[in-house]
Amino acid sequence: MSARTVLQQADISRALTRIAHEILESNKGAAGLVLLGIPTRGVALAQRLGALIDQITGTAVPVGSLDVTMYRDDLAKHPTRSPQPTEIPAGGIDGKTVVLVDDVLFSGRSIRAALDALGSIGRPAIVRLAILVDRGHRELPIRPDFVGKNIPSARTERVNVRLTENDGADEVTIGA
Amino acid sequence: MRHLLDTHSLERATALRILDVAEDMADTQSREIKKLPTLRGKTVVNLFFEDSTRTRISFEAAAKRLSADVINFAAKGSSVSKGESLKDTAQTLQAMGADAVVIRHAASGAPRTLATSGWISAGVVNAGDGTHEHPTQALLDAFTIRKRRYGADSRGRDLSGVRVVIVGDVLHSRVARSNVWLLTTLGAEVTLVSPPTLVPQNVSAWPVRVLYSLDEALAVGPDAVMMLRIQLERMNAAYFPSEREYSRTWGLDAVRAATLPGDSIVMHPGPMNRGLEISSEAADSPRSTVLEQVANGVSVRMAVLYLLLAGERDDERGRDL
Repeated sequence: MSARTVLQQADISRALTRIAHEILESNKGAAGLVLLGIPTRGVALAQRLGALIDQITGTAVPVGSLDVTMYRDDLAKHPTRSPQPTEIPAGGIDGKTVVLVDDVLFSGRSIRAALDALGSIGRPAIVRLAILVDRGHRELPIRPDFVGKNIPSARTERVNVRLTENDGADEVTIGA
Repeated sequence: MRHLLDTHSLERATALRILDVAEDMADTQSREIKKLPTLRGKTVVNLFFEDSTRTRISFEAAAKRLSADVINFAAKGSSVSKGESLKDTAQTLQAMGADAVVIRHAASGAPRTLATSGWISAGVVNAGDGTHEHPTQALLDAFTIRKRRYGADSRGRDLSGVRVVIVGDVLHSRVARSNVWLLTTLGAEVTLVSPPTLVPQNVSAWPVRVLYSLDEALAVGPDAVMMLRIQLERMNAAYFPSEREYSRTWGLDAVRAATLPGDSIVMHPGPMNRGLEISSEAADSPRSTVLEQVANGVSVRMAVLYLLLAGERDDERGRDL
């Protein structure tokens, strides 16, 4: 199996810095922001974005995680998945601007599940979506607001995001 | 996981997985909207051949919180005996499209018969069979001990080094059996305390210590004391002289409870005979986990139903965990 690297550590870090600025620009500052990462790798990305926003504005933004396993529509098509913890920051999400953070946007079904999961926790004023890699092939009318990199891919290819927190290194590869 | 029939054959990794998923389920139960869409379209049948309040309600709540449809089947009063009738009932449920059957039966082994006979393709959960096992009770007890000991840091941990004393009618208790197997699999040290007449004959083959004196067992300062219910409905022979004598020798009264270390817990599977095996002072004290056990029961049963029903079905019929 051959895989080529499409993003290296510096690319990932530049993309995240740009996304952090874009989030602040569209939100007109850090007020009312809540970042929620979708496990597994979205959580680490949300934490990095939170740290970047903190660096830029000097304001600590609440960061949490949102597990979508129980809301998926494809559970019966795979071996049983183990749910991951959901951690909602103490201030909750009601009336906030929630930015969902994930590593790869593909069919859009995880994000649909995430929207359902959010609905059972509270009612945000606005929900936005930040993605490190958009590889296309959407199956639902869902689009990201902040994209690290668009990577055109064949449906059968594997886009693999590795992060230091989870995998020991920062790298995005694409392969058969 | 295909069925949950006992804790005797439950592997450590599977047991920990159930407990960890139960942690996630417990987290969802503090949300504004407790219902999850996970098992939408699945049907869970509660097939209860024996009386039960909390186990049946707990399974019903667990299934409903996961959006499964629940059919309650109470077979009480039915005069037919086990063999044929269980088969007919099972096939009726199969025809109705049951995805999981939660069964309680007075005959030890009835759930295994249901799971391995080939009568039905549904997953089978043992909710108590005769004097054999009650696996979800043991799982919720283990969950409660772990939660009290490690709090939010519970995920992935076993019960190594935890000392548990189980007191009472071990002979008739499926709760005690399931707990012995599960707790020792998870690394706990289990001591049974019982009147000599209520100790099972084959207990020497169990991985436990047996004592006849409750005071001796409490003297070492156990982490958890689990009081078993004296099952008056199964007491058709004279196992001890009188209830009063039992209570004095093997009951957890206020004086005995006061000798326990500050962080040890008092457990009871319910329903309690207050004043017999447990005093009100012990049952209502902060160290009592009776109500936590009930709440945790729903989370653990949600985890079991999730692991049984949510994933891809491997059609290896009759394969245990």
